[in-house]
Amino acid sequence: MANKLTNIKWKHYVNYIAVAIVTVVFGALAFAGALPSSALYLLEKIAISIILAVSLSMVVGFLGELSLGHAGFMCVGAYLGGKASVILEPMLKGVPAGKEIALVISLIVGGVVAALFGIVIGLPALRLKGDYLAIVTLAFGEIVRSVFMNTSSESFGGALGLSTPRYNKSILFIIAFVLVLVCLAVTQNLIRSKHGRAITAIRDNEIAARATGINVTKYKLAVFTISSLFAGVAGVLYSYSNYNVQSSKFSYNYSIEILVMVVLGGMGSINGSIIAATLITYLDNTLQTVLTGDLAVLQDLLYALILIVIVIYNNAPALKNFRDRFNLQSVLKRKFDPNHQHDDEAKWDRVPTKIAMNEILSVDVQPQMSTLDPDKKEGV
Amino acid sequence: MADIILKTENLGISFGGLKAVSEVNLEIKKKQLYGLVGPNGAGKTTIFNILTGVYKPTTGKVFLDGEDITGKTQMVINHKGIARTFQNIRLFNNMTVIRNVLVGLHDQPEFKCSLIDSMLRLPRHFKVEKAMRAKAKEILRVVGLEEERNFLSCNLPYGKQRKLEIARALATNPKLLLLDEPAAGMNPNETAELMTIVRRIRDEFDMTVLLIEHDMKFVSGLCDEVTVLNFGTVLAQGTAEQALNDPEVIRAYIGG
Repeated sequence: MANKLTNIKWKHYVNYIAVAIVTVVFGALAFAGALPSSALYLLEKIAISIILAVSLSMVVGFLGELSLGHAGFMCVGAYLGGKASVILEPMLKGVPAGKEIALVISLIVGGVVAALFGIVIGLPALRLKGDYLAIVTLAFGEIVRSVFMNTSSESFGGALGLSTPRYNKSILFIIAFVLVLVCLAVTQNLIRSKHGRAITAIRDNEIAARATGINVTKYKLAVFTISSLFAGVAGVLYSYSNYNVQSSKFSYNYSIEILVMVVLGGMGSINGSIIAATLITYLDNTLQTVLTGDLAVLQDLLYALILIVIVIYNNAPALKNFRDRFNLQSVLKRKFDPNHQHDDEAKWDRVPTKIAMNEILSVDVQPQMSTLDPDKKEGV
Repeated sequence: MADIILKTENLGISFGGLKAVSEVNLEIKKKQLYGLVGPNGAGKTTIFNILTGVYKPTTGKVFLDGEDITGKTQMVINHKGIARTFQNIRLFNNMTVIRNVLVGLHDQPEFKCSLIDSMLRLPRHFKVEKAMRAKAKEILRVVGLEEERNFLSCNLPYGKQRKLEIARALATNPKLLLLDEPAAGMNPNETAELMTIVRRIRDEFDMTVLLIEHDMKFVSGLCDEVTVLNFGTVLAQGTAEQALNDPEVIRAYIGG
């Protein structure tokens, strides 16, 4: 039994455990009535951000395609899921657990419709690469937003927004965190499988991936669809958390905000995305209370600054030494294992060379040269 | 004939007005080591790109094991049994050595495992992963990279990266292996080692190998049959000794 426990790769499950602990602790606090409603709202926001960041990191970090339309998929989910809950609410009035059924159905509706949009957009768009894909997804996000903006007030509320039903606040954030766990499970199980390897292979070298027989189109579409499904789910959660869906929320800036979370957390790192999403959402929330009025502009400036600093920090050659020495992993290693030496700390002149010079030159070096003793060098 | 694995008929491709390759007829027999040589710009890599489906030929046909594969996509051709390496190494740099090989094993029928199997972690997923790792180790052993299997592939020395590319191509279980300048940039020791590896691959996997190479020692020491190309057309064909001693070939290489 003990053997079995040590055999488990705990590193793979750290994030599930952390999220579960957070959920249980705050759930207990909420039931005890110790949390104000603003804290509950912040927790919901954090859960939504985590789902968005993790799902976008699949596209950006693992598939290596830049998508700037994540808020657009979220918008589709928020409106369609919100509308479904508005329709279902009066229908399920007398039914026991009617609200829960409505929530589940609208989550499914929002997620599935967003996923369908993902397929429809992905089929043509994924033939494009890099900047072009970014532009198409950006356009998609803006189109979706303005379409919902111009709907009539009976259908999707138009400029006033769609009012959605309320849900018990002290339970909603628990549901949101359970969905975070589901999202994590799907994403990580996908990435840590042969399919995940194929996806990262496409990111690393698409030409080689094609030549190795990987179905590139299938995997691109699958990742794009799963990612937009979770964006849709996050949208439905958003509609439940705010009682009101306004299309102005899902602008280009919001897509960028999600992208900042992914970049800040480190591309291709799910744990990083979770931490960054939590931090940025918290920061966002506090800044909103601090920076009021004219100062509100500074908030967007802050994102830009963070993004620039992170990009420079991660890529500048001048900072390489600093990065190697002071990243968390090597700091911890030095702390617990002082004899540890980082790979790159090995000096070039200490690397033993096994190849003799005449082998490199592929010619017969003159005999007195090859028998030359390094100690006698000065005598010659 | 049944033992001809790859046959091209009158193969040609032109880019706009430029005829890169024309009227190339190859016949490669099973378990043969076939060489494709020629000066720079002769169209050797273009032929590889046609065979693997990167380009569609403007004229002619390609038959793999008697089956017409002309104009199929890269993925389909790979599944039918042609795998290749690249002239400029194209590895999955951010992955470990063994993972590179595992990607090659991805589409083998015995390792079939759907997205749902993996996402729900059904028993099939674990079974397949275990079997794949065992198989990948076996392939790495053949090319002599078993020790380095947990290194990042970009950290390998050049010669070993070439070998890893061969291992990845082998993992797709091809009938025909295309090697694009496998010995480029290798020192004589590594080249000699590569020759034994290629022979071993032929014997252990019953593989047919078509290779492009500029190192004539390598070609004449290894290949059963050679085709010499110049300006996209066949200059000479035959055993290595015959073809490389052909006066036309010498003129094309050295000039005069």
